[in-house]
Amino acid sequence: MAEVKKLKRPELNTGEKLYLIALAKGAMVTLKHAVKSVTGKSRGATGLNSSGLGITMQFPEQRWDDFLPEYYRGAPALVTDEQDRERCVSCQLCEFICPPKAIKIIPAEIPADDEWAKVEKRPKEFDIDMTRCIYCGMCEEVCPEQAIYLRKEYLITGTSREDMVHNKAKLYEIGGKRVGLVNKWNELK
Amino acid sequence: MDILILILITMVKIVGFTFVLTLPIIAYSVYAERRFSAILQDRVGPNRTGIPLTLFGFKKDIPLQGLLQPLADGLKFILKEDFTPSHVNKFFFWLAPALTMVPALLTLAVIPFGSELFGEKLVIADVSVGPLFIFAIASLSVYGITFAGWASNNKYSFFGGVRSCAQMISYEIALGLSVIPVLMIFGQLNLTNIVEWQAQHGWLLCPITFGGENGFDFGFYEFGGPLGILLLLPIFLSFFIFTVSIFAETNRMPFDLPECETELVGGYHTEYSSMKFALFFLGEYAAMIVGSALIVTLFFGGWSLGFGLDALLKDDTDNWVAYAGLIHLGAFLTKVIAFILFFILVRWTVPRFRYDQLMKLGWVVFFELALINILVAAVIMAAPNMVERGEIGALIVLIIGVIAFSIAMFVIAKSLDKKKAPQSL
Repeated sequence: MAEVKKLKRPELNTGEKLYLIALAKGAMVTLKHAVKSVTGKSRGATGLNSSGLGITMQFPEQRWDDFLPEYYRGAPALVTDEQDRERCVSCQLCEFICPPKAIKIIPAEIPADDEWAKVEKRPKEFDIDMTRCIYCGMCEEVCPEQAIYLRKEYLITGTSREDMVHNKAKLYEIGGKRVGLVNKWNELK
Repeated sequence: MDILILILITMVKIVGFTFVLTLPIIAYSVYAERRFSAILQDRVGPNRTGIPLTLFGFKKDIPLQGLLQPLADGLKFILKEDFTPSHVNKFFFWLAPALTMVPALLTLAVIPFGSELFGEKLVIADVSVGPLFIFAIASLSVYGITFAGWASNNKYSFFGGVRSCAQMISYEIALGLSVIPVLMIFGQLNLTNIVEWQAQHGWLLCPITFGGENGFDFGFYEFGGPLGILLLLPIFLSFFIFTVSIFAETNRMPFDLPECETELVGGYHTEYSSMKFALFFLGEYAAMIVGSALIVTLFFGGWSLGFGLDALLKDDTDNWVAYAGLIHLGAFLTKVIAFILFFILVRWTVPRFRYDQLMKLGWVVFFELALINILVAAVIMAAPNMVERGEIGALIVLIIGVIAFSIAMFVIAKSLDKKKAPQSL
C-alpha cells in the first residue's frame, strides 16, 4: 500500500489577507511590463522582427515572409521546369480531386511543330477560383507531373469576384520556375 | 447690466469647461485607454487614423499616431443606425442615456479648474456645498443605468441595472463617510477655498510647504503642533476608501459588474446602439474624470502647485499674477490626467470582484472603517485643546470610547463575515 500523505492547504497570512500588498505588487508588475513594452524590450520584440511596441508586427510595413516555414501552404500555383516548359499536361486530375471545385481546366493539344510536341497536351486555360480554394493541397498531392504547388503567396486580394480568379498567366507568375524535380520529358538528370 | 455680464461670463465658463475642455479630455481618455492598455498587453492600439489625404487625391495619408481616432469614433457613432428594439419601454429607453451623461457633466459645475484668470475664478459655480453637490448629482446617474437595464426588457440588461443600483448605493455611504475627516480639517465645503487652503498649507496628503523661517512648514501645525502629523493616518485611510469608492461609483474595472462582459453580454447597455450607446460610454468616462478631479481637489491640492510654490505666483498685494490661472489650470489638468492613467493601470491590474465580495467590501469593511476613521480623526483634532484646558480625564474616556467602538465594529464585521454552515438535505 502506498503511503497516504495528507497535505494541508496553505493558509493566507495577515498581509496576504489584507490584499493591499498584492495590489501594489500587481500594479508594479503591470507598470514594469509597460516600460519594457515602450522601450521595445518585451519578449519576442527582436526575434520576431516586430514593430518594437510589444510583439505586434505592423503588417503592411513589416512582413512575416522571412519567418514562413518551408511547408507553408499558400496559394496553389503552376510551375515551369528548367527549360521554361510548363510542366502541366492538363490531365485534369487536380480538377477532379479539388474538394471545393475551385479548379477549371480547358486542355489543348500541343501543335506538331512545337519543341515539346511529344508531351501532346497542355492547358489552354487554367483557372483557380481563389474565393473557393481551401488550401488543402490535394491538387499538389495528386499531380503526376509535379506541376502544381502551394507556394508561399498569401496576399490574395481583389475588389471583385473576377479579380479573385487566378488565370494561367497569374498562376505561372506566382509559381515561377522550380528546379530539382523529376524530369520525364527531357534529357536533364 | 451687471447681471447680463454675469450671465455672459457664466455662459463662457460653461462652454469653455464643459465643451472645450472636458469633452475632448473624455474623447482622448478613450484613446489613452486604448493605447495604454495596448502597451500593457504587447499590442500597438489605434495608431493609423490620421488626416485621410488620399480621399482628396493625394498620394499619402498623415497617420499622426492615430491621434484622430476619437474623431473617427464619434463620426461612426453618429452615422450608425439608431435602433430601438420593439420590445423595450420606449420612454425610459430614450431617457436613460441622457440620465447617465447629464449628471456626470453637471457635477463639473463646482470643480475649481484654476485660480483666477482676468479676475474671474476658474469655476462655473462657486457654491459652498461643493462635495455635497457632487454626491447628490452623481448619485442620480444610477437612475440612468437602472432605467436602461429595466427598459431594455432583457434579462441580462436587467441584471446589470439591478447590480449597479445595489453597488452604487452601497458605495455612496462609504464615499460620503470617508470624506468627513477631510472636511473636518478644512472646516468648510467650498471647493475653491479648500484648494486655496491647500495652496497655503500644502497638499492634504503631503502637507509640507518649503520656504518660510524654518526652511519648511508643516501644514497640520494648527492641529496640535508636531503631533498633527498623526492626522496623516486617518487622511490616508480616507483617501484609500474614497478612491476605491470612486472606482465603484464610476463602474470602473475591479467593480464593473453592471456591464461585465463575461457574465452579462454587454450589461445594461446590451440593447443600445449608435449615439445612445455613445452617451453611456461617454458618461462613464465623464464620471471617471469628475471622480479624478474630486480626488485631486480634495487630496492632491487641486490646481495648487503645492510645496509652497504657489507663493511665487502672488504679487506684492497678495493677489495672483496675471498668468497664474493658466499655470494652475495646467497643474490641475496634469494631475487629473495622471489619475486617469492610474485608473487605466488599475483596470489591467486588478481582476473583477465577485458580487458578494463587492457587497461585503462595501458594507462590512469600508462602512465600518470609515466610521472608525471619523472618530479617530476627531479625537486627534480635539486632543490638543482638551489637554490645554486640563480635560485629560475626558480625553481618556474619549479614547477608550473610540477603542471600544472599533472593537464592537470589528466584532460585528467578523460575525457578518462568518460562512454559513452547509445545509443538510
